[in-house]
Amino acid sequence: MGDAVTAPLALRDVDRHFGPVQVLHGIGVDLRAGEVHALIGENGAGKSTTMKIMCGFLVPTGGEVLVDGRTRRFADQREAEAAGIVMIHQEFNLAEPLTVEENVFLGAELRRGPLLDKRTMRERTAELLDRLDCRVPPTARVRDLSNPDKQMVEIAKALRQEARVLVMDEPTAVLTTAEVDTLLEQVDRLRAAGTAILFTSHKLGEVKQVADRVTVLRDGRVVHRGPADMSEHAMANAMVGRDVSDLYPAKAAPRGEVALRVEELDVPDHAADVSFELRRGEVLGFAGLIGSGRTEAMEGLVGLRPHRGRIEVDGRSVTIRSPRDAMRVGMVYLTEDRKGRGLLLDKGMRENLTLQSLPDFSGLTVDTAAEERALDDAIARFDVRAPMRDVKVGNLSGGNQQKLLLAKTMLADPEIVIIDEPTRGIDIGTKQQIYKLIRELADEGKAVIVVSSEMQEVIGLATRVLVMREGRIVGALEGDQIDEERINGLQMGLGRAAA
Amino acid sequence: MTGAAATAPQRRDRSHSLLDLHVLGPILALAALILLGTGISATNESTFLSASNISNVLSRSAFIGIIAVGMTFVITAGGLDLSVGSMAAFIAGLVILTMNSLAGTVESVPMLVLVGMGAALSAGLAAGAINGFLVTNMRIEAFIVTLGTMGIYRSLVTWLADGGTLSLDFTLRTAIRPIYFGGFGWLTWPIIVFAFVAVLGELVMRRTAFGRYCAAIGSNEQVARYSSVNVNRVRMATYVLLGLLVGVATILYVPRLGSASPTTGVLWELEAIAAVIIGGTVLKGGFGRVWGTVIGVLILSLIGNILNLTDAVSPYLNGAIQGVIIILAVVLQREKKAGT
Ligand SMILES: Nc1ncnc2c1ncn2[C@@H]1O[C@H](COP(=O)(O)OP(=O)(O)OP(=O)(O)O)[C@@H](O)[C@H]1O
Ligand SMILES: [Mg+2]
Repeated sequence: MGDAVTAPLALRDVDRHFGPVQVLHGIGVDLRAGEVHALIGENGAGKSTTMKIMCGFLVPTGGEVLVDGRTRRFADQREAEAAGIVMIHQEFNLAEPLTVEENVFLGAELRRGPLLDKRTMRERTAELLDRLDCRVPPTARVRDLSNPDKQMVEIAKALRQEARVLVMDEPTAVLTTAEVDTLLEQVDRLRAAGTAILFTSHKLGEVKQVADRVTVLRDGRVVHRGPADMSEHAMANAMVGRDVSDLYPAKAAPRGEVALRVEELDVPDHAADVSFELRRGEVLGFAGLIGSGRTEAMEGLVGLRPHRGRIEVDGRSVTIRSPRDAMRVGMVYLTEDRKGRGLLLDKGMRENLTLQSLPDFSGLTVDTAAEERALDDAIARFDVRAPMRDVKVGNLSGGNQQKLLLAKTMLADPEIVIIDEPTRGIDIGTKQQIYKLIRELADEGKAVIVVSSEMQEVIGLATRVLVMREGRIVGALEGDQIDEERINGLQMGLGRAAA
Repeated sequence: MTGAAATAPQRRDRSHSLLDLHVLGPILALAALILLGTGISATNESTFLSASNISNVLSRSAFIGIIAVGMTFVITAGGLDLSVGSMAAFIAGLVILTMNSLAGTVESVPMLVLVGMGAALSAGLAAGAINGFLVTNMRIEAFIVTLGTMGIYRSLVTWLADGGTLSLDFTLRTAIRPIYFGGFGWLTWPIIVFAFVAVLGELVMRRTAFGRYCAAIGSNEQVARYSSVNVNRVRMATYVLLGLLVGVATILYVPRLGSASPTTGVLWELEAIAAVIIGGTVLKGGFGRVWGTVIGVLILSLIGNILNLTDAVSPYLNGAIQGVIIILAVVLQREKKAGT
């Protein structure tokens, strides 16, 4: 390419195989100094793999990595970091038992003589966090932090390294809107300082907002590259390879009777006085900021946390002390944390799929043939795309993990489904599929709760929305009332709507 | 769509071929040991391959073997039990005391033997349940709990024996000798029971929901909990099963010497854990295989046996060689991961 300036980092014709499966085909990407480059594509398109190759975590099986126009072979990510190339991973890469400051300076501790210069490290960490508007103390233990705070620590760590090239794999997936704004400000700042930035996100609005150029991947191939002046819709179509309009299916008013009635549910330290009704055929949205107690309330409801309160299922009062009790009355909860709580990453798809419903698959012994059939069905119905059938679930792309998790939950054949963050980290084509599946569940007469921090999702899916703030329900919205402004006002504590 | 290749997952993955060192490693090691033993015995006319030697080796490895099968479940579910050796000694002591004290009142010897067996099994069950209770309900680290109970049982048997040896009444001792030495020719009862426990264990681990749950809990306890698995109950069951199998092992052990002392069962826990690890079960849980454990047990006992056949290496080095094998086994496990 006839660029006047050489790219600080570029890929040429990069291939990558995992065993017999080729996941990248001749990828070419150029990052330029002072430019934000977005890499977008469906789940499993190969974005993370591409990024890992750029930053020395994986070696290409073909093609080359160019740094300042010269071919480099990084033996590991330390060599890449030494060359000023830093990556923030899709999954957190923090030492949980250590403090924030220890993590920020991990492997590059400042010294004064033989001793650690703790004071300077603490000051620098505080400074970095300040720039990110993040209010965690540098001495806090990482394992005690919330997900967004962890993400901020990751970013602080990258800022500390003063990278020439910063590669960010879905940095905003777990952040709230306000936090995303702070992050994007930092990205602007780094760009102005001449850093070359590559980032990926499934929220195309962000891409539109911050990127200068876009590369679109599909099935491991570059299908589009150009300036970021295309519309979100055009990006979505390029990613998916078909037209993605009508993200949300049409809503239908619930007609069924009350399936679940919750009265004065208390989950100590997290949620108080949560009362609501849920009808068959209804999609009830739970909106609120991260940390507003929605997840904890739901976990309490299905017996994953100690709780008090009255719960009625189909008009009968029930006691739920464990997820098994919940399952017995037909209620299941799909966690927001698919890697930590949803799936066994070192096991195959079959073991994961049937884990929750294993009693249905076993008499004296487990009927593996029936399991295989269930897996066939799940792959077909939920469009799970795996490189090979016996892949470890940890090696599936995020979106396909989510679909498998959904399949696992539905295999238990629940009547009441609680889905926490149904589409976190999921591409737009898959989102559309998942929304359609949720709608179908409701149309089949199931009662569905969707907990989501993505406001558009709540608005697009739910027929009724409850907004939580600081562990309490602060408002209910229905029909035409459901809009961004009202939800926002409620979740920020700016007023109450009639319940 | 262009994703045809990606949407149609293939049935088989290459890494699952039989050439996988992780699967083949323990088998190869065992084969090598057998060849070595045969070679040595050919040069010095000892009796490695004779039925009596084989029967002897297998019978003696049965105690550790039966315990190690139970240990496989505990470790697979992310636990550990250091108390099994002391537990065996304590149960042996209890059985001997029970039978001795009833010997005056109960006339029929078979009846006495049954009572002794019952005592062994219920003591094992109770001891396992105590470990399980402390680990699950009291939420204490398995290492700490079983380190504690290990000391307690060891001390109890020393106290029961008053520092010396507890011996079974002479008549009883002769009466129950066949439980260890008898059987069908070289196929002694310990071998039969070991084989039975091993086959059953392999089936349970591989084919039942219980085995699946053990691996799931060891792999990620949170995921298991969120998937409606009764984590505490499964955990508890692994310790109870292990306790029960310690009871079974003790039933076979007592007839061998007819006595128990403070040195009975010393280091059994480590041998059992070593056998489990050599067999390819992952120490931190999540994956276990009983057949591997059986091979691990055989490897450990063959090393001792072969060293006894030859003067080339001192039998005192037995422990050193076992140690090297354990470390090698773990290195092989790691290589399997890095190779993906
Ligand atoms: N270690 C591995 N072994 C086998 N297959 C792998 C491995 N890592 C990734 N893959 C496969 O490579 C493909 C690309 O994965 P990658 O993680 O790069 O996707 P992605 O574009 O980042 O997706 P997402 O948006 O879901 O994060 C997927 O099909 C995935 O299953
Ligand atoms: Mg990715």
